[in-house]
Amino acid sequence: MIDVKGLKKSFGTHEVLKGIDEHIYKGEKVVIIGPSGSGKSTFLRCLNLLEEPTKGTITFEGKDITDPKANIDAIRQKMGMVFQQFNLFPHLSVKENIKLAPVKLGIMSDSEADKKAMELLNRIGLPDKANSYPKQLSGGQQQRIAIARALAMNPDVLLFDEPTSALDPEMVGEVLQLMKKLADDGMTMVVVTHEMGFAREVATRVLFIDNGVIAEQNNPKDFFEHPQNQRLKDFLSKVL
Amino acid sequence: MGEWFSSHYQEFLSDFNQSFIEDDRWQYIVKGLGVTITVAIGALILGVIIGVMVAVIRSAHDQRRHKKSKGLGYVILGVLNVICKIYLTVIRGTPMMVQLLIMYFVIFASSTNTIMVAIIAFGINSGAYVAEIIRGGIMSIDAGQMEAGRSLGLNYIKTMRYIIVPQAIKNILPALGNEMITLLKDTSLVTVIGLKDMVKGALIIQGRTYQAFLPLVAVAIIYLIIVIILSKLLTLLERRLRESDRR
Repeated sequence: MIDVKGLKKSFGTHEVLKGIDEHIYKGEKVVIIGPSGSGKSTFLRCLNLLEEPTKGTITFEGKDITDPKANIDAIRQKMGMVFQQFNLFPHLSVKENIKLAPVKLGIMSDSEADKKAMELLNRIGLPDKANSYPKQLSGGQQQRIAIARALAMNPDVLLFDEPTSALDPEMVGEVLQLMKKLADDGMTMVVVTHEMGFAREVATRVLFIDNGVIAEQNNPKDFFEHPQNQRLKDFLSKVL
Repeated sequence: MGEWFSSHYQEFLSDFNQSFIEDDRWQYIVKGLGVTITVAIGALILGVIIGVMVAVIRSAHDQRRHKKSKGLGYVILGVLNVICKIYLTVIRGTPMMVQLLIMYFVIFASSTNTIMVAIIAFGINSGAYVAEIIRGGIMSIDAGQMEAGRSLGLNYIKTMRYIIVPQAIKNILPALGNEMITLLKDTSLVTVIGLKDMVKGALIIQGRTYQAFLPLVAVAIIYLIIVIILSKLLTLLERRLRESDRR
């Protein structure tokens, strides 16, 4: 579904990604872990071109999205993204946050989007917050709504950029639970996270990015129980 | 005490009579007020139009994604950006009065429509300040908002229109109000190109009566009243916008 070839990304003279080749298949739940500054978030942000790759190609559903002529807006409609800081629109109500993109892009009529928004709010367990504003909600609730907002576009894949890192500890659970539910429903997911429990439980594949390359990848069981790479062993001994 | 008061009161009445009532001299000030307001409103409209255009070009240039792209669109944007930067530097770096004199005596030397020249000069000047106010307001919105909009598949213009600008307006309005007040007061400079605004009206009266105090104070009071009304209106507007924050 997503094919990455020779991906490199530099900020000025600092090379963050040093050549990544990876293929993400439909239905996979890929969890990416790694030390901070290793390039894992940059890799994720390259996948929907929030960061412009310096070198290499990314193909999504058969289309080369790194081609300057590619219609990136159309491609992004099929790739939902969830941010560390939620990035809800503070001037709009919860329901309007969810409805904005489908309505303004002409994909749904206002009443269709309304129905879809209520359906999603029921699914994430917050139907009573439809007319609230983001500032009135807890971090966990905001992040669940950000996920609903991404789902409103019916994306083929969801990208999560450290979705629980900005949350108070007691709110991490509700967000992970929702993500697990999405995974069970068959959503293709790429998740950058520090939640090792989530990786172990939900991932179909775990990638360890270190110093701009994928240093190791495996199924979660072998990844955590029999790590090969020395850096990964050190990393796991610190975080587990 | 009573005698002192009544003699000064008599003097004041006679001065007042001389300055404003005799020969209908108050008309100089009222007509001048018309000129002041015409120039201020005309310049405000022109300034906002120029300001929005310059701010859009500057922000679009600073936020563009394909930093190295060589497409024609980006070349045009680059050229426009350079023109805007020169405009901002020159206008903000030279005195308003010099700009007004250059407009009147050099660029529009053959024009007889002095009011139009004044509106253009003040509009171009105000546009530079408005542009930076608007750009500052847009830049004050967290970059995550633009990313969230774009990640949903909205293009740059739609993200600006539905997400960034509605939030930026709250930050822009107070500064824009100040700019409006500054502009109104600065229009008194049109005296130097011979326009008969309020200040010129007061000076004409002074020339006839040899009394400076009353006409000038009257003009000051009129400016003050207009500015107080404008400030009140702005406070009201800001309060209404802020209400949405407390929801």
